[in-house]
Amino acid sequence: MSETSARPRPVSPHLTIYRLTWTMAMSIVHRITGAALYFGTLLLAWWLVAAATGAKYFDTANAFFGSWFGQLILLGYTWALVHHMLGGIRHFIWDTGRGYGPERQTLARMTLIGSVSITILLWALALVLRS
Amino acid sequence: MMRTPLSRIRGLGAAHHGTEHFWLQRLTAAANVLLLVVLIGIVVTLVGRSHATVIATLSKPLVSVLLVAAMISVAIHMRIGMQVIIEDYVHSPLRKVALLMLNTFFAWGVGLACIFAVLKISFGP
Repeated sequence: MSETSARPRPVSPHLTIYRLTWTMAMSIVHRITGAALYFGTLLLAWWLVAAATGAKYFDTANAFFGSWFGQLILLGYTWALVHHMLGGIRHFIWDTGRGYGPERQTLARMTLIGSVSITILLWALALVLRS
Repeated sequence: MMRTPLSRIRGLGAAHHGTEHFWLQRLTAAANVLLLVVLIGIVVTLVGRSHATVIATLSKPLVSVLLVAAMISVAIHMRIGMQVIIEDYVHSPLRKVALLMLNTFFAWGVGLACIFAVLKISFGP
């Protein structure tokens, strides 16, 4: 007994002992995109406050969002938002008691394929509307 | 500990918060899906537009109300989502409480900044 109790209790996250699977990867990505969006909301706040402050400051914010670095962040932000949204819809499906069978794998893959496709579509749409 | 019949019908369980957290997460998630689809649509049409155009769109009453509603829902969802992450990974009680507090400040701060900006735009200079 003393031998087992001397060993520290395992604490989360205990990722090292599992083989990575699709469902597990999408679960982790759901949490990571959620955390990224949490801090990414600062960008939305900055954009709105800049717009409220005046034209000059708004142009400064827009210059950042228009730069390659800003565009890269916004592309990641778009994907994170869409991916987290689709992941959330997957959670709603589970909440109804469905989607626990072998289709879990398909649902996990669809989340990634869907988020990448919708992100590309949204950016293409923005480019078309801009020109 | 034994579950008394009273505690059972109250349905609060060991954490004493019942399903409140779960329900709030799902409620704001559902609201976010609806509101953010609209918000994404608005932002996509405003990419590269002038300050005057952006102000004109954001100050429309319907757009303002949707934006404020979205920010309330997003701020709550952010706060309880990050709360779970902190509770999962931070095991020192003092650090946990400090981070939970910071989390609430951050969510309210960002939420209020967005809402104030939208209202200022909507009501004019």
